Amino acid sequence: MNCLTAPAPVERGAALEERAVLRERGQHEVFCGLTGIIWLHRKIQDAFFLVVGSRTCAHLIQSAAGVMIFAEPRFGTAIIEERDLAGLADMNAELDRAVTSLLERRPEIKILFLVGSCPSEVIKLDLSRAAARLSETCSPDVRVFSYSGSGIETTFTQGEDACLAALVPALPQEPVAAEASLMVVGALPDVVEDQFRRLFDALGVGPVGFLPPRQSGALPAVGPQTRFLLAQPFLDTTARTLEKRGASPITAPFPMGAEGTTAWLLAAAELWGVSRERFEDVTAPGRERAKRALQRHRERLAGKRVFFFPDSQLEIPLARFLARELEMELVEVGTPYLRQDHMAPELALLPPDVVVSEGQHVDKQIERCREARPDLVVCGLGLANPFEAEGITTKWSIELVFSPIHGYEQAGDLAELFARPLDRRSRLEV
Amino acid sequence: MQLTVWTYEGPPHVGAMRVATAMEGLHYVLHAPQGDTYADLLFTMIERRSKRPPVTYTTFQARDLGSDTAGLFKTAAREAYERFQPQAMIVGASCTAELLQDDPGGLARAIGLPVPVIPLELPSYQKKENWGAAETFYQLVRAFAGSAAPRPDAVSGAREPGVRPSCNILGPTALGFRHRDDVREIAALLDRLGIEVNVIAPMGATPADLVRLGEADFNVVLYPEIADVAAQWLKRTFKQPLVKTVPIGVGATRDFINEVAEVANVDPAPTLDDAPSRLPWYSRSVDSTYLTGKRVFIFGDATHALAAARVASEELGFEVAGLGTYSREFARDVRQAASSYGIEALITEDYLEVEARVAELQPELILGTQMERHIAKRLGIPCAVISAPTHVQDYPARTSPQMGFEGANVLFDTWVHPLMMGLEEHLLGMFREDFEFRDEAAPSHLGTSHKAAEIKVEAPVAVASEAAVADAGASWDPDAEQELRKIPFFVRGKARRNTERFACEQGVAVITVETLYDAKAHFGR
Ligand code: SF4
Repeated sequence: MNCLTAPAPVERGAALEERAVLRERGQHEVFCGLTGIIWLHRKIQDAFFLVVGSRTCAHLIQSAAGVMIFAEPRFGTAIIEERDLAGLADMNAELDRAVTSLLERRPEIKILFLVGSCPSEVIKLDLSRAAARLSETCSPDVRVFSYSGSGIETTFTQGEDACLAALVPALPQEPVAAEASLMVVGALPDVVEDQFRRLFDALGVGPVGFLPPRQSGALPAVGPQTRFLLAQPFLDTTARTLEKRGASPITAPFPMGAEGTTAWLLAAAELWGVSRERFEDVTAPGRERAKRALQRHRERLAGKRVFFFPDSQLEIPLARFLARELEMELVEVGTPYLRQDHMAPELALLPPDVVVSEGQHVDKQIERCREARPDLVVCGLGLANPFEAEGITTKWSIELVFSPIHGYEQAGDLAELFARPLDRRSRLEV
Repeated sequence: MQLTVWTYEGPPHVGAMRVATAMEGLHYVLHAPQGDTYADLLFTMIERRSKRPPVTYTTFQARDLGSDTAGLFKTAAREAYERFQPQAMIVGASCTAELLQDDPGGLARAIGLPVPVIPLELPSYQKKENWGAAETFYQLVRAFAGSAAPRPDAVSGAREPGVRPSCNILGPTALGFRHRDDVREIAALLDRLGIEVNVIAPMGATPADLVRLGEADFNVVLYPEIADVAAQWLKRTFKQPLVKTVPIGVGATRDFINEVAEVANVDPAPTLDDAPSRLPWYSRSVDSTYLTGKRVFIFGDATHALAAARVASEELGFEVAGLGTYSREFARDVRQAASSYGIEALITEDYLEVEARVAELQPELILGTQMERHIAKRLGIPCAVISAPTHVQDYPARTSPQMGFEGANVLFDTWVHPLMMGLEEHLLGMFREDFEFRDEAAPSHLGTSHKAAEIKVEAPVAVASEAAVADAGASWDPDAEQELRKIPFFVRGKARRNTERFACEQGVAVITVETLYDAKAHFGR
C-alpha cells in the first residue's frame, strides 16, 4: 500500500459530520487513572508517585502491576486511616510526615507526584495546596506536583493525561526568538522514542523534545514556537494546557500502524516544509519493513470480526489500524470517552458502518458481544477468561498499553498481539 | 496515614468478594467507583476462574456525587436482581462509598427485593481482607442458619443406629491458598473416618445450604481467619462442637483425626494405621540428613505460618529462625508459638520490615507468601510459598493440597526441592578444591539465574540493614579472602557477613584467617 496517499490531516474543529455514537451508562468495567503510575514511574526515572488513598488504591496498583519485582518501586500509597478521618490526626501534617520520611529514604528522587484518589477527593483533601507547601520545604532538591488519578474523575489512561498536564506549568519557557521546535507528547517506551527521534532528525524536523522526559531535568521548553504532536489519543487535557502556554497542536492520526505513523510524521514534516522526496526517502525503509511484517499477519487476521470493549481510549486508532491495514471487520468499537473533535482525523478513517460506543453498561455490552459472536474480543482482564471459557477468543487490552506498539518498527508486533490469540486457538486440540 | 508499598491483604470488601465468589446463588452489589472493578481480575486471572465474580459495582463518578449516588445504587441492585436472579444478595460499600454514607442496606430494603438481602458493614479504613471475609461469612451464616432456629434437643447426642455422624467444613473461599485441594483431601479423610459431610461453606454452598448448617453434629474449621467467628456463633447457637486443629503436616493431621474421632465418637485407629504419608520416611531417609538444622524463616497468614513452623521443626528437622504473620487478629497465637522456638515473632503488614528481618537473619530457606518469594529472589535464598497472598502459579493444574496426609507429601516436596539435594551438597563439598570445579556454577535445579541472584545478595543486605557494619569498614586481608573462597558458595555469603559482624563487634580492623575461624567458632552451631 502506498501510505503517502493517506488522507490529509483534518483541521481541528473543522466542520465534520458527527458520527452517531452509542452512549451507555451502567457498570463500567475499567481501571481508574491510578493505573497509569505503573508505566509512568518506569518512564520518568527520578520521579516518585505517592498515592494518597485507601487500601483499595494500593491493592489496585499492586494487582494491575501483576508482578511485584521491585523491592521498593518508585510508587507507594499513603493509606488514609480511621484516625485521619475522625480528625484525630491532622491529615496535612500526616502527609508531610509521610513525604519527609519517604524523601529521606529515597534521596535520588527529584520529582514527587501526590496522586489524588476517590477517598482523598471525597473528603476534599487539597493535594495541590499540599504540593505547593511541600515544594517550598523540599526545594530545590525535589519538586512536588499533584494530579488526580481517582476513579470518580479519571478512567485508566486519563491518569497519564492528568499527570502530564500537571507537569506543563513547570516546563521551562522557550527563549525569546526561539526557532520552531517539536514536542512529542505521551509516554513512549524508550526504544520507540529513539526511533522517532532518529526519523525526525533524518527529516530535519526539530529540535525535538519529549514529554514526559526520562529524567525530570530534561523537561522540554514550551512557548509560541512550540508545535506539539500527541503520540497517544488520551491526552486532551495536556493538549489544552500546552495551548494555554502558547504551543500549537499538530493535528494528525495517531502513530499506530504504518499508515498512522506516516500520517503522523507527515503532519510534522509538512509544517517544517520537508520535501516530498526527502520524506519518501526517510520513511521508505520503515514503511517497507512494516509492510512486510504486516503481510504475514494479514493472512490470519483478514476478514476476522473484532469487538472492542472500552478500556484505554486506544480503541479507535487500533480499530482503524486493524480495519485498514489488516482488513479486519469491526463489529463494535467501545471507548470510555470520545472527544469527537480530538479524534476527528481517526474517525474519518474508520469505516462508516462501525458501531462506536462510549461509556459502558458492561452487562448489556457482554450480551451484544455474545450475540455478535466475533472472532476476537479485545477486553480487560476481568472479562477475558470468562469469554474464553465461553469459546470466544480474546486479547487482553492492558497489554496494548504496556507494550511498544507505536511506529513502523512495532507495526508488526502490534498486529501480532491480535494474531497470537487466534493462532493459539487454531493450534489447540484440547 | 500509613505509607505502604505492597500490601499483604486487600480491603475488606475483597474479603466479601472471596466469600461471594466461592458460593453459588449469591450476588454482591457493591457501591464503588469504577476503578474498584480491578478486583474481578484477581479471580479471573490469578485463580483462572471461568466466570466473572457475582459482583455488580455501581461505578459512580464525580458528577454523580452532588446528585444521586443513592439512586444509582438502587438501579444497580434492581438490575442485578433481575439479571442474575440470585437466591440472596449481599450489599455494601467500598472505601469511597463508605464516605458517602448512602446506606446500601437501607436502600436495598427500600426497593423491596423478593429475596433476602444481607447488608454488610465493612469498615474500610480500619479492617482488611481476611476480616472482611470472616465478617461476611458470619453475617451470612447468622442470616440463613439463624432462620433454622436452634433446636433445644438438636444436640442430645443420641444418633439413630446406622446413621453416620456428620459435620460441616467451614472456611474455604475463592482465591484461598490451595483451598480447592484441601477441601477435597479433608472431605476424603472424613469419609474414611465414617463421617458425613453435611455442608461445605462458603466454597460451593448456596444460601439454601447455609440454612442446613445446624443439622450437622459438629464443625470443622479449616481456615480460622475466615470461619472462626461463624463457627463460634454456630457453637453457641446449635451447641455444635468445633474441631480446631488445622490438619497441616503429619502430626497435625493425626491430631485432627483424633480430635474428630473424639467429637464424633468414632474409632480413629483404622484411619491412623493406614496413614498414607511418605513424609515420615522421606524425612528419616539418609539423604535428608542435610536438612538437619537448616535455618528457616516463616511468614504468612497465622494459620499457615503456625502450621509451617510445626512441620518445619518437628517433621523436617529444620530450625525455625524466624516466624511471623500479617494476621494481627491472631498475633497472640503466633507470639506464643515463636517463643516456644526461642525467637520473637514478627507481626507486621510492612513488607520492608519483613525484608529487613530476612536480610538480618540470612535464613537458608524462606517459607512465605508471594511477597517473600520476591524477597527471596532478590536475596538469592531458596523459597517455597505456603500462604496467601498468592499468584497465578499458586493455583497448579494438579491437585496439590497442603492439608492431610497427601498435603504432607506435598509439603515435603515443595519445601525440599528449592534446597540443594543432600547428595549434591555432599559432592560439591568434595570437589570444591578441584581446579576444574567452577563454584560459580549453581546446581542445575536453581536455574541459570542463580548466579546473578547470589551476587546480588551482598549488595541489598549491606545496604538495607548492615550499613553499620560496612561503615565500620573492617577490611579483608588477602589470605583471609583466599580462605573465604574455599568455603562453599552457598554458605559463603553468610560466612562473610558473620565474620564482618564479628570483626565489628570485636573492633578488628583487618580480617585475617585467624579472625575468620574465630568468627566461625563464635557463630558455630
Ligand atoms: S477507583 Fe478510586 S478508590 Fe478505587 S482504586 Fe481507583 S482511586 Fe482508589
